Amino acid sequence: MNPKKTFPKGGVHPEENKLSSDKPIITIPIPKQVIIPLGQCLGAPAEAIVKKGDEVKVGQLIGTAKGFISANVHSSVSGKVSKVDEVMDHTGYRKPAVFIDVEGDEWLEGIDSSDNLVREITLSREEIIERVKSHGIVGMGGATFPTSVKLSIPKDKKAEFVIINAAECEPYLTCDNRLLLEKPYEFLIGVKILMKAVDAPKAMIGIETNKIDAAELLDKIIKGDEYYHGIEVQPLQTKYPQGGEKQLIKACTGREVPSGKLPIETGCVVVNVASTYAIYEAVQKNKPLISRVVTVTGKSVKNPSNFLVRIGTSSTVLIEAVGGLPENTTNIINGGPMMGKSVSVNDFPVIKGTSGILLMTDNEAQPRKVGNCLRCGKCIHVCPMGLEPFLLCRLSKNNMFEETEAERIMDCIECGSCEFTCPANIPLLDYIRYGKSKTGQLIRSRNQK
Amino acid sequence: MNNYTISGSPHVHGGESTKKIMYSVIIALMPAFLFSIYYFGFDAVRVTLISVAACVMVEWLIQKFLIKGQCTISDGSAIITGILLAFNLPSNIPAWMIIIGSIVAIGIGKMSFGGLGNNPFNPALVGRVFMLISFPKAMTTWPTPQPLFSNALTDAVTGPTLLGHIKEGLAQGISAQDLIIYENIKDFIYSGSLGEIGSIAIIIGGLFLIIRKVIDWQTPVTIIATVGIVATACWLIDPVQFVHPMVHIFGGGLMLGAFFMATDMATSPMTMKGKIIFSLGIGALTIIIRLWGAYPEGMSFAILIMNAFVPLINKVCKPTRFGNTVKQ
Amino acid sequence: MNDILLYSLIVLGVLGGILAVILYIVAQKFKVEENPLIDEVESNLSGANCGGCGFAGCRAFAEACVKSAADKNSLAGLNCTSSDMTKVAAILGLTVTAEEPKIAVVRCNGTCENAPKKTHYEGADICAFAHTLFAGGSGCPNACLGLGDCVKKCAFDAIHVDPELGIAVVDEDKCVGCGTCTKACPRGIIEIRPKGKNNRRIYVNCVNIEKGAITTKNCKVGCIGCQKCLKECPFEAIEMRGTLAYINPDKCKQCRKCVDVCPRGSIMAVNFPPRKPKEVKEEVNNESKQ
Repeated sequence: MNPKKTFPKGGVHPEENKLSSDKPIITIPIPKQVIIPLGQCLGAPAEAIVKKGDEVKVGQLIGTAKGFISANVHSSVSGKVSKVDEVMDHTGYRKPAVFIDVEGDEWLEGIDSSDNLVREITLSREEIIERVKSHGIVGMGGATFPTSVKLSIPKDKKAEFVIINAAECEPYLTCDNRLLLEKPYEFLIGVKILMKAVDAPKAMIGIETNKIDAAELLDKIIKGDEYYHGIEVQPLQTKYPQGGEKQLIKACTGREVPSGKLPIETGCVVVNVASTYAIYEAVQKNKPLISRVVTVTGKSVKNPSNFLVRIGTSSTVLIEAVGGLPENTTNIINGGPMMGKSVSVNDFPVIKGTSGILLMTDNEAQPRKVGNCLRCGKCIHVCPMGLEPFLLCRLSKNNMFEETEAERIMDCIECGSCEFTCPANIPLLDYIRYGKSKTGQLIRSRNQK
Repeated sequence: MNNYTISGSPHVHGGESTKKIMYSVIIALMPAFLFSIYYFGFDAVRVTLISVAACVMVEWLIQKFLIKGQCTISDGSAIITGILLAFNLPSNIPAWMIIIGSIVAIGIGKMSFGGLGNNPFNPALVGRVFMLISFPKAMTTWPTPQPLFSNALTDAVTGPTLLGHIKEGLAQGISAQDLIIYENIKDFIYSGSLGEIGSIAIIIGGLFLIIRKVIDWQTPVTIIATVGIVATACWLIDPVQFVHPMVHIFGGGLMLGAFFMATDMATSPMTMKGKIIFSLGIGALTIIIRLWGAYPEGMSFAILIMNAFVPLINKVCKPTRFGNTVKQ
Repeated sequence: MNDILLYSLIVLGVLGGILAVILYIVAQKFKVEENPLIDEVESNLSGANCGGCGFAGCRAFAEACVKSAADKNSLAGLNCTSSDMTKVAAILGLTVTAEEPKIAVVRCNGTCENAPKKTHYEGADICAFAHTLFAGGSGCPNACLGLGDCVKKCAFDAIHVDPELGIAVVDEDKCVGCGTCTKACPRGIIEIRPKGKNNRRIYVNCVNIEKGAITTKNCKVGCIGCQKCLKECPFEAIEMRGTLAYINPDKCKQCRKCVDVCPRGSIMAVNFPPRKPKEVKEEVNNESKQ
């Protein structure tokens, strides 16, 4: 293996708390009803093509993508559509969704639902990208950006590296780690497919050394088989936000994505572990993205676990499966503790971007007694993008959005390192997010003129 | 009815807090405080206690009756200001002067700007310089140290500081070499303000803060190195006019200033680049005042002057942005 | 000693004289010719620079008024809600009919009592940010978040978040109806409505467009779109916007029939004298909330 690397600027070391890293993935039985939201990706929600009373099978298309940045939605179960209505997502807002009452487990014809490993990649480049698109694959790390858009490389650019984001720098989450340990062959074939799709000669799997067993396993397989030629395991120092796209590229290749540009500028395509696995299933087995691995964890949780879940399963089912909601839970988080989103409802459906459900008690969560800014400069020190969070916060607070633009607020990757480290508990990222959205509006309105 | 907490990410915190930082600084000041007790006897305790009590009291009164805001004296920053102010005073200074100094330090130096984090100047130094100008006699008359557990060495009521002694001696035309050798051998003990005499104790406290990551090592090292290099150069050129660099490094308030006052978070630049410029400025100004100025000691003025430059330094010294190395 | 005194007096005197002359010349040379009317108009404006008129501050508005009067001989389209426009018109030799005074109305009654909080928000006090995070403490996605984006924008200190009610409340005496708060609110709760005859007005105190069944769960006083008021209104002043009733202030004759029929108590009648002894308590209650 290569020597350990990391990104040079900023970063923090949150407590890892990988409570479920040695818990094998458990398949959750198919629930009686699933609710599949139509907006599961960044961008426009899909449009429902089924109506009440329709019979659907596993893997059947139920929502078609609307617009360029949008992804198809497939049924994860077989049964009858009970209604097409709105459902509360984790924020409490109502979003369009398809409700399906489960009857049996009947798969659509042409889908290989067996566990057999298919090594031969028969599809061509264009066919792979088309398959990724039609099978609704999105970035499953949480950002849910449609993967097919990422793989469609502009004509004047050339991809040199496929970088697999196996850093899983978020504390608590272990779903990618488990997937690597339990499905290494499928994952590596997925990497090969990606290399073919973007025509890249090399692939790097960036993996933090707190998952050294997974790294060693992959390394062993790659070294033992000529088939995986071109793939490399790149161990990375455990540091947050190692899994940020720009940080990962910097750590693996030493290249910096220019401000305001996409990673392809540096010849890199970054794909998440779960997405890579989903691409394997879509391309080799014709299986759309209908299930994913979700970590359900928390210090007070009886039995933190990793589950293989059909999309649309209620979060309550998962929480019950780990031993129920601990009594003193004050925060439910959809995702990891650093970038996840607060949940304000009791029950929400698992979607493609749900990498974890974290149940926290008050003493684990961020203290919120806000003090004066000490001007200690710790936020600047830990910012991986070299920004000045305290300044962006202050400017945003005063609605000075031309200044925030000049201070490069749009470069912020919202990793939360600044707020994590702030001794005065100032909600820096809240203000920066607000400033970012307002600055974005300002830029858009200027561009329209 | 679930009553969950809704907040923007991140949902966990690194555990660092203003309180922890402040109390670390107080702990780091303890070795120097103990040494000053040893050196000056219980007068050191008297000065420090009055100063701390006055600072905390003034902050509490202002918060309670003038600002009417939330009370934050428990964060420990007023205690630090009190200790640092005391460390800048002679041990025989009357109590009422200390109280006036505390009022100026906290009232004008800190609270008038909006309290913790908003003050452009180090409050303790504002108080100290105010006292130096208002009560020049009391502030520059140092008592003879009365170390505990030892017999008083001299009968003199007042004693000079090392730097003051040298400045006076040089003015009278005595060569620097004579001054040092003669006095050092005769009797080792010099006087000074509480925090001026225990350089080693201050370094121990400073190292604690560096290990605890409350302060960075670059600031004190740059200041001491700047002073050391200039002093060495001068000494090499003319050892008659200029004293040995070690006197400048270990004498006076250099250590206290370098480890505890130049590293004050609110009044120093935010980026490392800025901090280096800031500490270079402090070092250079200190040695210039010491060698060629009217005062034997220049640390507090140097820090205050550089404090005034901090907003400018912050504006100029931006951190290196990610993605800037590639020309666009 | 005397010499020094004399000397410095002479130097300073001469220096002062020379500088005064230079200043005068410069002032003359770079003088900007400006219509004195602009100053006069500006002095009659409130000077709050609230931006409600659509111009960048009161000075810009005064300039626009003078220009419009000179070019078009009218003040059409120019209105400052916080100043007396008839005075401005008089300065410019025009007459305008005073516009009906307006006031901001916070159309949400989701107080802590009416819409109990199910979750609590911790973080930056910005409605616009909290709005992106979650639907709101009560679960109603159209409710006042009570973090005071409107308060921060108001130039007249006329809107505040009541700490006990948890929602924004307009100060009737101070509000000039400039409309800054309506733009600040991320949920479009605040509306500028005519102040009404004798300060009396009737409006639907809700902007929720969710289905009735969901609304009932979240809030005791939310409009559920039952259309009872629509049928009751003799003046056709009420229209339905989805599942939300809206009272058109121009058509409303303030008969208060809708107030009586509303099963949810969503329709608010402000500053009316009590009609029935039974209602006294509620009217007082409503008034204090406004």
